[in-house]
Amino acid sequence: MHANTGFRAEAFSQAKRFVRLYQDAETVIIPSSSCVAMIRDQYPGLFDELGNEQLQGEFRALLPRVYELSEFLIDKLGVEDVGAYFPHRVTYHASCHGLRALNLGTRPWRLLGKVRGMELVPLPNLERCCGFGGTFSVKNGDVSSAMLAVKLEDVMSTGAEFCTALDNSCLMHLGGAMHRQFAGMKTIHMAQILASTEQTPAEVLG
Amino acid sequence: MSHAPQPILDPNFAPPFPQAALPMLRDSQLRKNVAHATDVIQARRARLVAEKSDWQALRSAASRIRDEALENLGAYLEQFEKQCMARGGVVHWAADAAEARTIIRNILEEENASEVIKIKTMTSAEIQLNPHLEAAGVKVFETDLAEIILQLGELEPSHIVVPALHVNRSQVREIFARTMGLSNLSDDPQALTAAARNYLRRKFLEIRTAISGANFLIAETGAVAIVESEGNGRMCLTLPRTLITLAGIEKILPGYSDLEVMLQVLARSATGERMNPYTSLWTGVTPGDGPKRFHVVLLDNGRTAIHAREKERQTLRCIRCGACMNACPVYRQTGGHAYGSVYPGPIGAILTPQLTGMKHAQSLPFASSLCGVCCEVCPVKINIPEILIDLRAQVTDQERGKAARFFDPMYLGMRVANLLFSRAWLFHAAQWKARIVLKLFTRKDGWIHSLPSIGAKWTQTRDLRGLPQQTFHEWWKQRKQATQ
Repeated sequence: MHANTGFRAEAFSQAKRFVRLYQDAETVIIPSSSCVAMIRDQYPGLFDELGNEQLQGEFRALLPRVYELSEFLIDKLGVEDVGAYFPHRVTYHASCHGLRALNLGTRPWRLLGKVRGMELVPLPNLERCCGFGGTFSVKNGDVSSAMLAVKLEDVMSTGAEFCTALDNSCLMHLGGAMHRQFAGMKTIHMAQILASTEQTPAEVLG
Repeated sequence: MSHAPQPILDPNFAPPFPQAALPMLRDSQLRKNVAHATDVIQARRARLVAEKSDWQALRSAASRIRDEALENLGAYLEQFEKQCMARGGVVHWAADAAEARTIIRNILEEENASEVIKIKTMTSAEIQLNPHLEAAGVKVFETDLAEIILQLGELEPSHIVVPALHVNRSQVREIFARTMGLSNLSDDPQALTAAARNYLRRKFLEIRTAISGANFLIAETGAVAIVESEGNGRMCLTLPRTLITLAGIEKILPGYSDLEVMLQVLARSATGERMNPYTSLWTGVTPGDGPKRFHVVLLDNGRTAIHAREKERQTLRCIRCGACMNACPVYRQTGGHAYGSVYPGPIGAILTPQLTGMKHAQSLPFASSLCGVCCEVCPVKINIPEILIDLRAQVTDQERGKAARFFDPMYLGMRVANLLFSRAWLFHAAQWKARIVLKLFTRKDGWIHSLPSIGAKWTQTRDLRGLPQQTFHEWWKQRKQATQ
C-alpha cells in the first residue's frame, strides 16, 4: 500500500519487517495475489536501494519460499482436488495481479474445476481491472466507481450466486458495491470455497 | 451538439486529474464513444498480434532497438544531422517549445508563407504550434481527417493516434455541415470523407508549405519516416515547395534495417493492421522530385532530463502507438481530456509530468489502478506501472516538506498505518480501538454504509464490511489451543 502510493521510506521499513517476521518460516502462503506481487516485483528493488547486503541475502533466501495460495496447492503440494464441496453457481474474477503479475494461468480453474457440486460460469472481459487499485479507490474515487460499474455489469451478467477471486481487495471492492446495490450476489474468497465441505460448509457472512 | 467549455490540455494550467475526470464520467455520449472506439481497435490489435507467433520476440527486438538508440542518443542525433545536411536538408535544434516555435516562424517568414498544411503531429500539439502560428497571422490547415474534425469543430484531441476518437459520426456530420456549409450532408462515412476530400483538394494544390512530424529519424542515412492511413501525409510530403519536420529527439533509430521491426510492431499496435496504408521515407531534398527546401527541427523540451534518469529513460522508447490507452480501463472511462495534456492515457500519465520537470501534472501518476495491462500491450515493453510508482514516490517526497501535509488525511493515514505496522502490540491495540470506533459507523447487519473524510470517497458507491468480532490472530490462537 505504501510503496504503491509513493511512500517509499515507509515501504522500506515494512519490507524489512516482513523479512524479520518470516525468515524462519518453512513456507509463506499468501492468499492475496497483490501482496505476493508486491514482494516479488517491488521488494527486490527496495532492498537493492537499501543496499544492506545481509538483508538482501536474507530476503533472497526467503523469496523462493513465498507462495500465492493456488501456486502452493498446485506447484508445491501437487494437489488439484482438495475435496471441497460447494453447491452453488460461481464466477471467477482473475485479479490483475494474479493474471498479469503472477501469471497464475490455469491454476485457479484447475482447483475450482474439482470442487464438487459447483457450477463455474466464465466471466466476460476477464482481463479488465475492477477499479480498486488500493488508494486509487479513494484518491480517484469517481473514476474507480465508474470502472466498478462496468465490471459489475459483467459480473452480474453471469447470473452467478457468488463471485470469487484470489485477492481480497478486489472482493472487498466488488462485494461492497453488491451489498450497496442489493445486487443479489455475494463475494467469497477462493480459500473459503476450497475449505468448504459437506460437513462444514463455508460460513458466508451477510 | 452541445458546446461545452473545452478542456485545458496544457499541463501548466490543467486541473488535477480527479477533478478533470468528473465531467467526462458524467458525459454519457463521450463514454459510449470512447468505450466503443477502444473496444474496436483493441479487438483488431488482438487478432493481428495473435497471428504473429513471434510477437514476444518482436517486442523484445523493438525494445532493444529503442534502447540502443537511447543509449547513444547524442551520437546518433549528430550522425542524423550530418547525413541529412549532406543530402540537402537543414537541421535545427530547439531546446524548448518556444525555441521550436520561433525557428518554425522564422522559416515561414523567409518563405513568405501565410498558409501552411499539416500532417497530424502530436509534437506540434505539445508545443502548441497552431495557436501561435495563427496569432502570428499564418493560417494553418490540418489535413488528417480526425484533425480536420477537431480543427473545424474547435475541439481538443483525446488520443494520440485517433485524436477525434471521442467524436461519433453524427457529431462529425454536424461539424462538417456547419463549417463547410453543407446542410444536406448525411452521416454516411463515405459522404463525410468525400466532403473532407473536397475541402482538402484545393489546399493540397495551392499551399506551398507543409509541416509534419516524424515517426522515425534514421541516423544511418538521415532519412525521415512517416506512417499514415489516409494519404494526406503523402500529399503534404510531395506537393509543397517547402517542408518543415518537427521531431522529438527520441525519434531516432540507428539504422535503416531497424524499420523492419519497428514498422511491424507499430502498425499492429496502433491501428490493428499488418501494415499501415502509407509509409513515406525521404532523405534531404531530391532535385525535380518533392519539396525543394527541407528543414528538420529537433525538439528537446524536457526529453534530455528524462534521458538523464536511468529508471525513467524507458519512457523515451515510446513510439506513440496508443496501445496503452486503448487497453487502459481508466482511459476507457474518462477519455483523453481528463489528462490535461495532448499525451493522455498511461503513457501520458508518465510522460506529461516528466516533460514538465515534475513541476506540474503531479496528479497524473496516481491516475492508474496499476492493473498492468499497459505494460502487457506495449510494443517496446515500457514498464509503465513501475515508472508510475517511481513518480508517485517523487511526488510524495515533494509533499513531505510542505506544512499542508498535516491537513491531508491521506498523508496522515499512511504515516499512522506505517507506525502501526511496525510493532505488533501497537497494531493489536489499534485493531482493538478501531473495533470500538468503527462500531459507531457499523449498522446492525455488520456493514458500514457511510464514512467521514477520505472514507467518504469509498462509501459514496460502496459499502464496507465492519470489522469481524474476532481477528485472525485471535482465531488462530483459539484454534491452536483447541487442538492441543
